[in-house]
Amino acid sequence: MNPWEKRAVPAFHLGLLLVAALVLIPFVWIIAAAFKSQISLLLGEVFFTPTLASFREVLFSRSTEFMSNTFNSLVVAAGSTLVILVAATLGGYAIERLGTPRWAVHTMLGWAVVFHMVPPITLVAAWFPLYREIGLDNTYLGLVLAHVAVHLPMALWLMTNFVRDVPIELEEAARIDGCSTPFLIWRIVVPLVAPGLAATAILMFIFSWNEFAVALNLTAKQTATIPVAIAKFAQGYEIKYGEMAATAALSLVPALAFLLFGQRYIVKGLTAGAVK
Amino acid sequence: MTAQGIQIDRKWRAIALTPAAVIFVAMSLLPVLNLMAMSVHEIKWVAGHSVWSYVGFTHYRRLAEDELLQAGIGNTAIFAVVGVTIQVVLGFFLAWAVSRIRSGRTLYRTIFILPILVPGILIGAVWKLMLNFDFGLVNGAIGLLGLHPVDWLGTRAWALPSVILVDIWHWTPFCFLLLLAGFESLPQDVQEAARIDGAGTWTELRYVLIPMMMPVIVVTFLFRFVTSLKVFDEIYLLTGGGPGSATEVLSYTIYRTFFTQDRMGYGAAMSIAVLFGISLLIVGSLAASRRYGARA
Repeated sequence: MNPWEKRAVPAFHLGLLLVAALVLIPFVWIIAAAFKSQISLLLGEVFFTPTLASFREVLFSRSTEFMSNTFNSLVVAAGSTLVILVAATLGGYAIERLGTPRWAVHTMLGWAVVFHMVPPITLVAAWFPLYREIGLDNTYLGLVLAHVAVHLPMALWLMTNFVRDVPIELEEAARIDGCSTPFLIWRIVVPLVAPGLAATAILMFIFSWNEFAVALNLTAKQTATIPVAIAKFAQGYEIKYGEMAATAALSLVPALAFLLFGQRYIVKGLTAGAVK
Repeated sequence: MTAQGIQIDRKWRAIALTPAAVIFVAMSLLPVLNLMAMSVHEIKWVAGHSVWSYVGFTHYRRLAEDELLQAGIGNTAIFAVVGVTIQVVLGFFLAWAVSRIRSGRTLYRTIFILPILVPGILIGAVWKLMLNFDFGLVNGAIGLLGLHPVDWLGTRAWALPSVILVDIWHWTPFCFLLLLAGFESLPQDVQEAARIDGAGTWTELRYVLIPMMMPVIVVTFLFRFVTSLKVFDEIYLLTGGGPGSATEVLSYTIYRTFFTQDRMGYGAAMSIAVLFGISLLIVGSLAASRRYGARA
């Protein structure tokens, strides 16, 4: 650091604190809105007496579906993450270490890149009529499969990169000792890529938890996830701002938890997914 | 790369590739082929089953005259170019500032990446409250400055800039994260040499850091550009494409045609056209990032 920059450090901090405030204020505003009474919300009061009315409405009222929405979100996020981890780890290993022919590798990774980037709504349009014909619409299985299809490309990309970092000498030694392929994957590769696997798992869970465009069109009342519920509060004849804010505030919980306890995995996954 | 001199386990190779390949075929390839078939038919639902009648390429011909689709393409292009350019510039300076300081890095990073991790629909809900005409914080703040409140999402002139602003708020953190990783992997000796030669902060930025960061900047821009063409959640909640077609974007046009107007054959043609167009852009971007970008 040159002397000018040493003097400039407080200026850097000032600028960064300002940006941090710009990032946080909207979150604070919606969390505050969740604790406001209907009247103080509609008046836009900055100072207000907090009330739990909106949370009570969302969590305990007779007409609420929040618990069922949460359950649906958890089932779909956990289910799709699990399927993705198995498919991506095995697929990544086969691509990287089992001598898969080049055309197959290019097809798989090309598919991964393109389908990671195309708008999911085009795929929903492709699934919807098929789902209706075979009765997969409005089922957990249907939404899990859809989320797997949307997010597996990135996971496959990530896991292929993480497997590449496993030293090949270890595998060679294990093979010479007579290790079979499944044993090798399970006892050598999986433990060595564990941090990468954790990064992938966290991201896949968050992506599925957050996903809206697919869930909106492939679910109905019984299988609707939390994002669909939030949108519903904002869509009706009369917008239910209080309930919308309370549900939105509650939907923040997993992201905050992962950010506090798994941040380095998140950073690893997000940067590897784009730059590698 | 394979373990040399050791026979490849063909049986396990097939088994290991199967799950991903099955999903690829069943959930991408077949549905897209079905979509192609749908795009040359008129489709009606009768008692829970679809009835198809062949119409040839009429849907595709009609696409060329679809004003909503044209609005969608135009708005998506503006949205992506303007939004992503600002995101990359802001993200660059944020990452630069964070890479210059010693204490507090993790704290800033924690706060900055929060918007990436929360549901897109929550971002919509947050900004629906912030930008509300009557009780939004934004109008409250400009009221304190003595300015008149603006109907951010309800007027033609302001709606698109407003959703672009929301997208900047949502995704600048992602650009920041990628560019910070870029700054952290730059070799230190070149920067030290520049300083010993007496380069000031701006000279260093202009002649050392920006050129060295250029590959990462290119990749960040291209990646964000292509992914920003997906935008749907925020638009759905904030404006629903309106007012008029002021914030109509591609994903929303498809959604509207396919799911709210129930024009499945025509919607399929639109999806295929969009899939094709964006795939071309992706291939172009990949070629560009190979040529000018980083291969980390």
